[in-house]
Amino acid sequence: MLVLTRKTNESIQIGDDIEMKIIAVDGEQVKIGIEAPKHIDIHRKEIYLDIQKENNAAVGAGSLDILEKLSQQMKKN
Amino acid sequence: MKLQTKHLGEVDIQQEEIYQFEQGLPAFEEETAFVLLPFSNDNIFFILQSVNNPELAFVVANPFHFFNDYQVKLSDSVLEQLAIEKEEDVAIFSVLTLEEPFNKTTANLQAPIVLNASKNKGKQFVLTESDYQTKHSLFPQQAQTAENEKGGR
Repeated sequence: MLVLTRKTNESIQIGDDIEMKIIAVDGEQVKIGIEAPKHIDIHRKEIYLDIQKENNAAVGAGSLDILEKLSQQMKKN
Repeated sequence: MKLQTKHLGEVDIQQEEIYQFEQGLPAFEEETAFVLLPFSNDNIFFILQSVNNPELAFVVANPFHFFNDYQVKLSDSVLEQLAIEKEEDVAIFSVLTLEEPFNKTTANLQAPIVLNASKNKGKQFVLTESDYQTKHSLFPQQAQTAENEKGGR
C-alpha cells in the first residue's frame, strides 16, 4: 500500500479525475472530501462489506417454500 | 428466448426484458444481466434472476408494501448511471433474506435494487447517508413473538 502524508486542505490526485482532499482532522476522525466521476461509486468500506455479506446470505438463504408461505400470508392480510 | 431459472424452472423471456447491471451487485460483480420475474400475481414478490447463471437468483419485494415510510433518495450519480429521466420509469425493490420460519424473513433497506424500466438498466444502490440497515424484519411484531417463544423454551 502506498502511504502518503498530507496536511489539512492538501489533496491526493488519483489518475486523471479523482481527487481526495483532507478537509479536517479532529482527534481520531479525519474528514475526507472526494471528487470523482459519477460512474465511480464511493462507499464506506464496512458498509460495502455488509452489503456483500447480506447478498451472499440472500442468495444462499431458504427455499421457495418459505416464499410460498410469505405469499400466502400476504393474501390473508 | 428460453431461460433456466433457479426457482421457476424454464421460462420464456424477451431480450427487451433484460436489465443490464453494468457493475454487477456487491459480491456478484461479474453478474451484469438480470430479469425480473413475478413470483405470483400479488405484485409484491419477484425473483431477480441472473441471465447467465441459472443458479443465481435474488428474492426481491416491493418495500413500500411493508415499510410505508421507506424513502430512497437517488444520488446524481445513480440518476446518471441508470440514465434516469422520469420518476415514473423508476422501480425500487428490496432484496429479501428468507428465513425459517417465514416471518423472520428480512429485507435489505440499505441497498435497494433500482431499475430504470425505460432504459433497461439496473443497480443495487448503497444508501450512504441513511439509518437503514441490511436486515429489517418484514413482520417486526411476529418476529419478536417468535423470538420470545424460542427464548421461553
